[in-house]
Amino acid sequence: MAVGKEIRTQINSVKNTRKITSAMEMVAASKMRKAQDRMTASRPYAERIARVIGHLAMANPQYKHAFMQQREVKTVGYVIVSSDRGLCGGLNNNLFRKLINDIRALQEEGKRVKFVIVGNKALGFFRRFGGEVMAQITHIGDAPHLEDLIGTVKTMLDAYTAGEVDEIRVAYNVFVNTMTQQPTVSQLVPLPEAEGEEKTELGHHWDYIYEPDAKEVLDDLLIRYIESLVYQSVVENAACEQSARMVAMKAASDNAGSLIDELQLIYNKARQAAITQEISEIVSGAAAV
Amino acid sequence: MSMTIHVDVVSAEGHLFSGQGEMVYAPAVMGEIGIAPRHTPLVTRLKAGEVRVDPGQGKEMEHFYVSGGMIEVQPHVVTVLADTAVRAADLDEAAAQEAKRRAEDALANRTADIELAKAQAELNEAMAQLRAIDRLRKTKR
Repeated sequence: MAVGKEIRTQINSVKNTRKITSAMEMVAASKMRKAQDRMTASRPYAERIARVIGHLAMANPQYKHAFMQQREVKTVGYVIVSSDRGLCGGLNNNLFRKLINDIRALQEEGKRVKFVIVGNKALGFFRRFGGEVMAQITHIGDAPHLEDLIGTVKTMLDAYTAGEVDEIRVAYNVFVNTMTQQPTVSQLVPLPEAEGEEKTELGHHWDYIYEPDAKEVLDDLLIRYIESLVYQSVVENAACEQSARMVAMKAASDNAGSLIDELQLIYNKARQAAITQEISEIVSGAAAV
Repeated sequence: MSMTIHVDVVSAEGHLFSGQGEMVYAPAVMGEIGIAPRHTPLVTRLKAGEVRVDPGQGKEMEHFYVSGGMIEVQPHVVTVLADTAVRAADLDEAAAQEAKRRAEDALANRTADIELAKAQAELNEAMAQLRAIDRLRKTKR
């Protein structure tokens, strides 16, 4: 019986789509768990290094590194962390929207902005809308490595040291929970004042021996610290990406399911109508004989 | 009881070790150093090599390979901040140049000014679409 052939093919194609979206959902769920693990794994390093920097800053109160000094802000540098791939709901769009509001506010104050970008989506964004992009890195994959970020971060830090940029901010999504990602812009350099915990923890100064010398050591530490902060935001953004994708794909699978139900209903009705018609044709044909 | 020193070995990508040791050996830039409890405070750079922690009491030595990093020594705490990548000023510089070049390649005809209004309009549209899909889903149920 050749009833509703179009509907049947449509149902099949929606079913195929659902297979893909539910597979993507499961993949995202497992990747999310790993990304969350990476997120927690990177925390101790940043904490320790912050503590060491805190100790050193206490040991040499007279030496202020450039990264710790506030200066008049004329140009703001943004490190923008986005995902490489789409199909993750409004994750990147929300971030870009927040960013645009920020940039608009800065421009009204007559400040300039420069960018360093991580991830394909941000690259696409700036390709479409312009903007001064100093460096970029894309395709860092699901398991980002710190070494991939070194060059990009260094470009920004060099610009800061050279005075081309007076403040560095990082824009990324904070992982609140599986359902919620919070687009956030936070300041990297100059380092915001250290949280007061150090003072209570250690009342006295350490008299360190430095090898090779204090400035170089502090330099190295600060660069590593900032890199680790950027790395953390990249990892966190990756976890956000996966959870956003998981939610988006779950919604898509659900939608496909209800679409299939609807189509099935239409198909059944059409089939029933066709049968009824056939019977009435036979009956009326028999009656005519 | 013998004296021990607390040792933390962390890298940016993970926590490697945390525990007590009687002696810690690390490849500092000026040569390998051995750190016993109550060592004088010291901060130094590490070169590629092996960090070893001797937990004492005849237990087996813990080994960690580091490709560089920093070490902070306090009388009762040693913190090893291990690098996960090989670092050198010229390598970092090359990486920075590479990142810049990539930006130039990818955004060959970029303009310095960012078209905020256009970007905002497009983003708003995308968000409206997402919201519409969401609403569609909720009304169907």
